[in-house]
Order: sequence, then structure tokens, then C-alpha cells
Amino acid sequence: MQELRNRAKELLADGTVVRILGWRAGDLPYNPEPAYFQSAEELDDFVYNGFCGANLSKYMIEASKLEGKTLVFLKPCDTYSFNQLLKEHRVDRDKAYIIGVGCKGKLNAENLKKLGIKGVQSISGAELSDPCDTLTVQTIYGEKTCSYADAMLERCHVCKGKEHMVYDELIGESKDTKDADRFAEVEKIEKMSPEEKFAFFQSELSKCIRCNACRNVCPACSCRKCVFDSTKFDSSQKANVDSFEEKMFHIIRAFHVAGRCTDCGECSRVCPQGIPLHLFNRKFIKDIDTFYGDFQAGEDTETKAPLTNFTFEDVEPSVVAERR
Amino acid sequence: MSIEKNEEFRPKIVAFCCNWCSYAGADLAGSSRLSYPADVKIIRVPCSCRVNPMFILRAFEKGADGVIMCGCHPGDCHYSTGNYYARRRMTLLFSMLDYIGVENGRTRVEWVSAAEGVKFSVTMNEFVEKIRSLGENVRLGDLRCRN
Amino acid sequence: MQRLGVFVCHCGSNIAATVDVKKVVEMAKLEPGVVHAEDYQYMCSEAGQARIAQAIQEKGLTGIVVCSCSPRMHEATFRKCAEKAGINPYMVEIANIREHCSWIHKDMEEATKKAVILARAAIAKVNLNTPLKAGESRVTKRALVIGGGIAGIQTALDIAEAGYKVDIVEKTPSIGGRMSQLDKTFPTLDCSACILTPKMVEAAAHENITIYTYSEVEKVTGFVGDFTVDIRKKARSVNMDKCTGCGVCQEKCPSKKAPSEFNRGLNTRSAIYTPFAQAIPNVPVIDREHCIKFKTGKCGVCAKVCQAGAIDYEQKDEIITEKYGAIVVATGFDIIKLDNYDEYAYNQSPDVITSLELERIMNAAGPTKGHLERMSDHKPPKNMVFIQCVGSRCSDNRGKSYCSKICCMYTAKHAMLIRDKYPDVNITVFYIDVRTPGKNFDEFYRRAVEEYHVNYVKGQVGKVIPQPNGQLLVQGVDLLDNKQILMEADMVVLAAAIEPDPSVRKIATMLTASIDTNNFLTEAHAKLRPVESPTAGIFLSGVCQGPKDVPETVSQAGAAAVKAIGLLAKDKLLTNPCTAKPDELLCNGCSTCANVCPYGAISYEDKQVNDHGIREVRRIAQVNSALCQGCGACTVACPSGAMDLQGFSNRQIIAEVDAICR
Repeated sequence: MQELRNRAKELLADGTVVRILGWRAGDLPYNPEPAYFQSAEELDDFVYNGFCGANLSKYMIEASKLEGKTLVFLKPCDTYSFNQLLKEHRVDRDKAYIIGVGCKGKLNAENLKKLGIKGVQSISGAELSDPCDTLTVQTIYGEKTCSYADAMLERCHVCKGKEHMVYDELIGESKDTKDADRFAEVEKIEKMSPEEKFAFFQSELSKCIRCNACRNVCPACSCRKCVFDSTKFDSSQKANVDSFEEKMFHIIRAFHVAGRCTDCGECSRVCPQGIPLHLFNRKFIKDIDTFYGDFQAGEDTETKAPLTNFTFEDVEPSVVAERR
Repeated sequence: MSIEKNEEFRPKIVAFCCNWCSYAGADLAGSSRLSYPADVKIIRVPCSCRVNPMFILRAFEKGADGVIMCGCHPGDCHYSTGNYYARRRMTLLFSMLDYIGVENGRTRVEWVSAAEGVKFSVTMNEFVEKIRSLGENVRLGDLRCRN
Repeated sequence: MQRLGVFVCHCGSNIAATVDVKKVVEMAKLEPGVVHAEDYQYMCSEAGQARIAQAIQEKGLTGIVVCSCSPRMHEATFRKCAEKAGINPYMVEIANIREHCSWIHKDMEEATKKAVILARAAIAKVNLNTPLKAGESRVTKRALVIGGGIAGIQTALDIAEAGYKVDIVEKTPSIGGRMSQLDKTFPTLDCSACILTPKMVEAAAHENITIYTYSEVEKVTGFVGDFTVDIRKKARSVNMDKCTGCGVCQEKCPSKKAPSEFNRGLNTRSAIYTPFAQAIPNVPVIDREHCIKFKTGKCGVCAKVCQAGAIDYEQKDEIITEKYGAIVVATGFDIIKLDNYDEYAYNQSPDVITSLELERIMNAAGPTKGHLERMSDHKPPKNMVFIQCVGSRCSDNRGKSYCSKICCMYTAKHAMLIRDKYPDVNITVFYIDVRTPGKNFDEFYRRAVEEYHVNYVKGQVGKVIPQPNGQLLVQGVDLLDNKQILMEADMVVLAAAIEPDPSVRKIATMLTASIDTNNFLTEAHAKLRPVESPTAGIFLSGVCQGPKDVPETVSQAGAAAVKAIGLLAKDKLLTNPCTAKPDELLCNGCSTCANVCPYGAISYEDKQVNDHGIREVRRIAQVNSALCQGCGACTVACPSGAMDLQGFSNRQIIAEVDAICR
């Protein structure tokens, strides 16, 4: 963390960048938040630890409009999002100085609760310099420990890899955290009967409070104005709680980011209701891989997106009915 | 009118037809007097690639029991490539609907040329039959179950 | 708020017999925006249009819905009518209550219900219509004719005579097509070459006609009035400017084993060849597959004997790019492959031939110099059997479902010509029906039966069995006498079905012209626009549209030419105003739309915007409305919904969906 802070100060001092986009300590030990830093003094609040799950690439859309270069810290998975935004002309590469930071898996504070760890006062063992095997948590009920992996975000268990797709320099070591199959959850649902599937999604989606956190955090949902907020589709009917928008929001959102979603998992991370929203996106990713060949959004900035591409021999939509 | 007739389930079916092939195919079915159930209502679009998945979801949400999209045969698109994009979009959409538990068979894509009046009629008869067997669509109407 | 008028057409009894038009009027009046609704016998008639115009003016209508036949039929009529009455032509929507309703439903209550819903959808849509203005595009005053048979030649001549430049692209080394392979033509029996050759010469000599033989269309872009076409001129290996057509190279060529395409493989030709003596241009090509020089590098005889120094082994394919205002497809036909018809022993016996092969045998310039003889032993036949409908009118999928139309007549012609020249040859024709409509056609057939005593047997042949003695045993059935027939023949002639030339499939795809399941090009309207493709600027000439004989082909060729001339005579065309249009404030500038545009109509511009007080420069999509054809691919690709299609906007389509599902 100190290394990152020092490097940031250097780049600020020599004029390479005029601001830094990073994470600032929150009011609790496990809720650091994205923040801009304009001076060396401000950088004293900079943190980077296991709780810095937030993907900063989307903030670069606004940062690209500002004068001067912005230093941005991107974890390996965040760089896919940045590339995707680059491909869609949403960020300006010349306005970004990218430090690719190491990652040993990011943590989900909700998991601590699930593990029975409450009343957290401080946490150790989640710094990048730590081995990140065990977490030691000081709580009002005394010291507790848990396995680092048990507290990890779902997305880190199915990590795409610890390689940065785009960067200007790299700092910090990473650790392989992948220990599960990316599509296992999707496959489990696919095997259900239509009734079970419907019941599953109905129960998950009925929790949605339409807070738009998923949309706001999603780097692919980067539209200046969301279709759901525009009158173009007659979909913004705020007065009507039972509107089209209410019911179809998540399916349509997933479709709009299909072929563009890098599977960064931010949607599920930020959902206050704990809806596993990544299951929609990952289904599309799986289908795209199956039907049109393996594709990873954000791997580069040139490959045509699956939905803006075709081959003469593509499968027919009837394949969906036939595979049952 | 008999009571039985009243009670018979008459599905609402929306058919999106591209102007150049399938709409003309439907016209040919008409001029050839090849009948299909009145449950099918056709919306004319310039090309199958104009059909936004949102239109299909919208139809279901508004009470449609089945949605079918017809376009030119692959390779014969009036705009060269439109139906290829439509094919990918619909494949992914249908797969997603299947994934969330909406019955297979409520959605269909069929390529119908301007010369295929017979195919149009046969397809619509089949599709209506299928939807009648599936019954009323309730799932996409109340996915969030918030009533 | 719109002020809408709804006009319900009876179409005589076409609609009114199954749809309660009064009820549709009554229900339409309840819809939002509707201030006027009426029904009338024939809305498309002058009186009907006058009623619409009157209502527009008197009630101050802003938009209209006509509940009538398909918009493909009369949308243009009603748009013009609306425009004349003072409202924008794009404030018109059609509810198709004929083709999509009254003609397919029998129950009046059901059909009426549906008609009301269709009207409702159209009303919902027109409520959201906005006035649109058509743009203009220029017309390149040059036509392209694909195919150099009699259809293509006639079309080209007619267009050229009207004063427009026209190019013919022919894939074989000479123009002339199938007709050049024919010996005589029905029903007058004049020699095919005698009537075709002058036309070929005329085309070649015409100052407005450029002929590209041994060439193929490679790529087509653009649209009506402004097509850009790449033509691949295949390497002829002979310099066309130097060659004098003396023919010495062909005589001296040591490789003479290549099957002659012109003579349907009945004999061979040299590797350097012109397909036939009257070929135009009279410049040979080297068939590189059979040429010894190309195969082994040694030979070069032709180059040595050519006094003009025209042989060029180094010649390469050349791509010519040209602009055209109109394209006429005249790709013609071939006969089907007979692999599915083993029972006729076509592949087993050289004495079972197709009618087209018989044409070559009968022709003085053919493989037998015009002597009728068996290909196996060159003996004159005594008994000949003609089998009709081989692959035509076929109920299974071995052949074609359609009637090839020309076979009955050419078989009568063959029978008559043979009986005339060789009175001792017995001829039996097995047929399903004899179909001879056409001027002087039935008389022609009757002459074959009555004067030339050709034995016509109604019935099919089940099997042709080659015998050890060289005879062909024909097993058939006589349906009129209901008896089996077993007869020996020296030759069997098959009237094989004709099918569109296989190359048409690729061409149709390039032109985005629609094609039916039999690979015949589809006409814009089967009765009223038979020589136009539904794709604007593409016209159809000859058998590529459907089976026809020479006189029909020539008349259709002329009709296609007139349609092309009508287009070329215009200086400007009005373009479809239903093009894509981005909302600048919603556009992300992400390039997704440009990635799916087949016309390259979308570009990006850094533009100053004022988004509710935020002033900034944004990358924003721009649509070139002259290039945009209005497919709508971009509108769905656009994640923010910034791109919309005028005339088929998201809100309009959703309004239709909602109206139907209500």
C-alpha cells in the first residue's frame, strides 16, 4: 500500500498526472470507497487492501473529460473493463496512467457476517503484502480468525486470471484464487425444470428494490442515459410500480451488456439485496462461448463483439428448444 | 355463439414479419386463401434485425402468449446481413427465456420467403397449436411477483 | 394531439364479405385521436380517394389509417392521396385487413374482431407518426445486364437503342447462351443460329453496348440508381486486341481431349478454343486445366503459330469496377442433373440422351455434323422413344415440382424434324399431359401427330434397360388403354427439367434480390410487376424468373429493358425517408451501430452538445441518409436506444405491440 502511495506521490510531483483515482478508507474497516486524490496530503487517506473490490475503470469515463492525466489503479479483472470502455470510445487512453496492481482476491464483508463474525473493529491479513491465507478480525466480542478464501467474493473463486490486459506499469504481487468452475452455477440452473428455474428467479428477482446500484456500478452500463430513463421506449413509467421496466429490467439490462460484459461481478457485489445478478450475464457469456466460440470481452480492443458479428453457419434460434 | 366457444383458450400471438420476405409471404398466404388462426396478428418491420428483444418482452408483459419472428432466409436478406444479426440476438434471447423458466415454444423464429405462402400458413398453424397447448402465458407477466 | 381519420375499405366483397366493416368503423371511432371514420366500397378508386381527401380537408386531419389490402399493394396510392390533400405522405398507415384477415378467415365475428385489432394497432402507430421528407439520390445512366443469352442480348439492345450505355457480363467465352445450342426453333422451325447470330452481331457492334465475356460479377454494393459493381474478367490468355480470330491456334493445339461444353460433352475440343464458329467475340480462350503449357510448362504451340502474337500465358484476372443505375438479371437456365433418375439409364447408356444433346446431334455444326445417329455405334436409329417430364412436375424431391413449359413443344419439334428427314424412324412419345398453349402451338403439336404420325402414348416410362445387343428395352404404361408396354428402342431422348443456372444463387445474394425455393428469382408482384425484383433497381429477364420459351423470353427481355430505361431516364430518385436517426443526447459514441451497418452509413463526429445545461464535446453517431437503407440493425445494436428508425420507431412498434396485446 505504501509503495502504491509513494509511486502516486512521485507521479503527481513530476507532473505525469494531475490526480489519482484510487480507494480511500471508509468509516468501517471493510468499506473503502473509490476516491480522487489531488494532492500528496490527500493521498494519506489512500488504501489498497482485500476490501478494495470496487472496479475503478468506469470512473475513467468522467476522468477522461477532465484536464490532464489521471493515475488509475486497476486490478487484473478491472483492466478488462477498461479495455472494453476503450473499445467503445468511452475512455481516453491518453488521459489515463494505469498502474496495474496485484490482487490476491477481494473480500466480501457480507461473508464475514455469514461466518458469524460481527462487531468488527479492525481486520488484519488483507494487505497486498500479506500472504492472504487467513484473516484476523478484532471484534467487540474478541479476536476471531477465518480463512481468507471463505471470505472472498464469488467472482474471485472463478477468477479470469491475474494478468493485466492494459497498463503502464505493474506494482505488487498477485495470487491465483481460482478454485471453482465459472459456469458451474449457471449449469446448475440449466439443469432445473422450467418450474424450478422460474421459481428460483422469481424468488431472487422479487427482492429487487430497483435501487439501480447494479446499473450504476456496471462498467458496461455506461450509457449517458439508460433506456430505462428515456422516453424512447415508453419504458420509463415511474408512476406505475407494475411497469414494463420493473418486470423486465434485469433481463434487458443483461441483454444490453451481452457480449460487452467482462464478468467483473460488480453487479452482484453491490446489490444491497444480495441478488446473484451475475447469473444473468454469465448465462449470456456461456451461450456466446458455446454458440459462437470462446469470447472474453475486454481481452483486447479490436475483436468484433459477438452481437455485432455473425457467420453464415450460426446456429438457428431453434437450437434452444432442440437441446432439451 | 356457443358457450364452449367462449371458453376455448384463444391465445394472443404477435408475429413480427420483415417487409421484404415474410410480410410478402403472409400476403401470398392471404391471396392464396391459405388460412391460419385469427389469433395471429402481424406487425410489419423493415427487417428482422429491426426486432428489438425489448419488443418481444414487451409483448409478453402486455399479455401475449406467443411471439414469432419471421424474416428472409439466411443469405436472402434484403439488406444482406440483417437476419444474421437477428439470428444471434434471438438465439441468445430465447436461451435466456428458457433459462429463467419461460416455456420453450412460446417464442419462435422462422425464415419465410416472399414465395412461401404455404410455409407461412403452415408455420402459423403449428405455432398457434403449440401456444394453445402451452396455455396462457403467466410467467413473463409476473416475473417479479410483486403484486 | 393528432386528428386522425380511419377509412375502411370493402374491397367489393373481398373484405366486406368476411369483415363487418361498419363495426370496424364504429370501433375505430373509440380509439384515441380518431375524429373521423368511414367505410367505402373501394377506397383505392378515384371516388374513394376523393372521400379521403375531402375528410382530410374538412376535418383538418393530421394523419390517416386506411384499413384495406396489403400496404405492399396500395400504401403508395394512399400516401400520394394524402399528400395531394395537404398532409405529409408519411402520416399514413395501412391496416392490412384483406391479405392478413378477410381472405384467410371464414368466421365473420372472428375476422371482424381481428380487423378491429389490426386497425387499432395502425391507429396506435399513426398517433406517433411524424412527417418525413424523402431525400434525393442520383441515377447513374448506365445499365448492367448479367448473362449474355437471348434474354440478356435483347434487353441490352433495347436499352442501348434508347440511348443508354449498357454492359453485358457473360461468364462463358461467348455470348449466345442456350439459344445458340439449339438447332431449330418452334413453332416455325427456323434455324436458331440464323435468327440469333444477327442479334449477337448487332449487340457486339452497338456503340452503347460493352460486352464482357468470360467474366463474372464479383461484388455489388450500393442501391437503386447507384450500384457499384466489380466485374472479374477471367484471364483469357489471349490478347483480345491482337487476336484476328483466324483459328489456327485451335487447329494446331495438341491437347484435344477436353469435353466440349457447347456440344454437351458429346465430343471434345482443343484446350484453346472458341465454343462455336459464330462465337462473339471470335477470340479463343485457353482452358488452363487442359492446356499442356499450363500443366507442364512445355508446349507453347499456339504462341508459335499465332501470327498476331496474341497468345499471352502471363495474363491475369482483371477486376473492372463500374457504376450502374440499373441491373438486369438474365442468367438463364441449365437442365437438371439426371443422377436421381437411374431408371432411365442415362448414365449407363450413351444412347440415352437429353433433348439438348439431341439438339446438338441434329445440328449441322454438331458432333455428328447433323446426322442422326446413336452415340454408341454411330448407326442410324430405327426406333426412338421420347420420355417427357423427366424431373418436371415431380411430386417427390428427386426433381422439380414445376412444369418446365418448353418440353412438350420441343419434343413435337424433334419428332417432326426427324420424321421429315428420316421417314422410316418410328417415334414414340411418353407423356403425362401434352401442354401446348401459345400462338400456333397446338396446331404445331397436332401436325406432329396427324401429319407426321408420331406415336403419342399417355403414360410414364418406368424403366429403360440397356440390352446386350445394344438395344434399349423400354418398360412403360399406356394409361388410356390401361396396358403395360414393353418396347425396344435404339435411342431414348429425355425431356429433362430445366432449372435456373446455379450461378444465380450467388448473384441473387450479391444483389439482395429474393429467390424462391426453386432458385427462380422472385418478381415484385406475380401479376402486376413480373419483370421487377422486389429489390429496387433490379430487373428480371428470361428463364431466371421462371420457365419460358424464346418468344416469351424476348418479350420479357423487352419489358425488363423498358423498366430499366424508365429508371435510367430519371435524373434523381427520391430516397426512402425511413432512415435511422440518432438522438444526439443519448448517443454514447460507442461505435456499436457502425459495426452492424451493412452500408457504411454511420460515421462519428466530435460535436458540441448542450445536454440540459452540460455543454461538452461528444463523439456522436451521424447517419448518411443517402446511404442508409432503413434496415434498423443499428437501432437494436444501440444499447442506449439513441438510434431510432424513422417510420418504424421504437415507440411506434411498441404502440403496435401494446394495441395488439391489449
